[in-house]
Amino acid sequence: MLRKFSLKTLSILLFSTLFVLSFNTACAYEPNDDKPMKGAKVEEPKGEENKKFDAGKLILEHISDAHDWHLWGDEEHPVSIPLPVILYTEKGLDIFMSSEFNHGHRDVTKNNTYRLEENHIKIVNDAGVIDEEASEKIMDFSITKNVASLLIGSFLLLWIVLTVARSYKNRQGKAPKGLQSFLEPLIIFVRDDVAKASIGPKYEKYMPYLLTVFFFIFINNLMGLIPIFPGGANLTGNIAVTMILAAITLVITMLSGNGHYWRHIFAMPGVPLPILIILTPIEIMGVFLKPFVLMIRLFANMTAGHIIALAFFSLIFIFGEMSPGAGYGVSVVSVAFTVFMGMLELLVCFLQAYVFTLLSAIYFGAAVEEHHHEEHAHEGAH
Amino acid sequence: MMSTVMLASEAVTAHGLAAAGAGLAAIGAGIGIGRIGGSALESIARQPESLNDIRANMILAAALVEGAAFFAMVVALLVVFK
Repeated sequence: MLRKFSLKTLSILLFSTLFVLSFNTACAYEPNDDKPMKGAKVEEPKGEENKKFDAGKLILEHISDAHDWHLWGDEEHPVSIPLPVILYTEKGLDIFMSSEFNHGHRDVTKNNTYRLEENHIKIVNDAGVIDEEASEKIMDFSITKNVASLLIGSFLLLWIVLTVARSYKNRQGKAPKGLQSFLEPLIIFVRDDVAKASIGPKYEKYMPYLLTVFFFIFINNLMGLIPIFPGGANLTGNIAVTMILAAITLVITMLSGNGHYWRHIFAMPGVPLPILIILTPIEIMGVFLKPFVLMIRLFANMTAGHIIALAFFSLIFIFGEMSPGAGYGVSVVSVAFTVFMGMLELLVCFLQAYVFTLLSAIYFGAAVEEHHHEEHAHEGAH
Repeated sequence: MMSTVMLASEAVTAHGLAAAGAGLAAIGAGIGIGRIGGSALESIARQPESLNDIRANMILAAALVEGAAFFAMVVALLVVFK
């Protein structure tokens, strides 16, 4: 009964969120329009040569990391939020704001002379040429767009979760209220349908990690959908971020693996030796392949979502270059499709957080599973 | 004339092949997810009471199929953007 209730509440909640948020995206996607519009203005050449619109470059710029948070404006007159640049080289530590680069139009001289080239910081030598060898040795600890987005997302998540935790303490034994009633179905969902179902009786030990990873991915996916300032960074579509998440899953799986788990990897019971020679390397590869696929799946899903939204907008300008009328005509279709894809992406945001958590839980479940039908021989093959 | 055509075609070949690869991956994933969805619907129609289990497993299987398709997509993207 309770389970049925929670699932129903969850689905109602999910869909109401979908609707509210999709409305936001529909409105918020609009400002995205003028970003490429200025870069590809066909109607007013301003006396200069017509700049060809490069969809690939635009998309790549938007899905990759940056040293400033671009708000609007074309390449000549961009408006962006500067972010701190922290560099460590052989000559020492350098800290300055990325606005000093003036969007790559100016070199910055501190301990070295730095130049921003395609969002990578390079060292320029005295002759004014980029010194590739020295540039490779820069240790870049900058607060980039993704790092800033990570911090904002984490603080938002901390605030939400701590508020809810406090209200659980204050309102013990009472019905949930406010944010509490938003999070409770999700937490119960992760507990009952993910952890209990795939790990079994030992699920409690893994709940903190599963809940953290679920809400972390979910909130950062949602923030990625918001095209303007607090969101818009392709954080969960950054392979470094997903790699760390997958690596944590790998470490937890390996640390919690019992004798039964390891025996099935190194020496599958009941398999003759000649086959073991082939099977064991495959099983060992499988241990690392599973988190690797986790990493690729989240990265590719979120990146694909960003690319699709941008590709639909790029269509406007590709057609606009042929003739302005075609551009205006396509823009209606293209905005409608982007809104549709945005709604689909909201579902994907939830699904990817769910799938990552579920698969992690299944790997933990495989690691702690006890054998039932075999004899209790050789224990503790660690 | 001929050589410019050759040059242009060479530059286009890698991108074209990458696009074809991404398309093939999409076909594969489409078949896979279609089959998963079809059989899930069939089993839900037979046993509506096990809807929750079937749905969870359906999403899981679809995610696994998708993962394979995304490998192809990432490779294609690497060729195009490099």
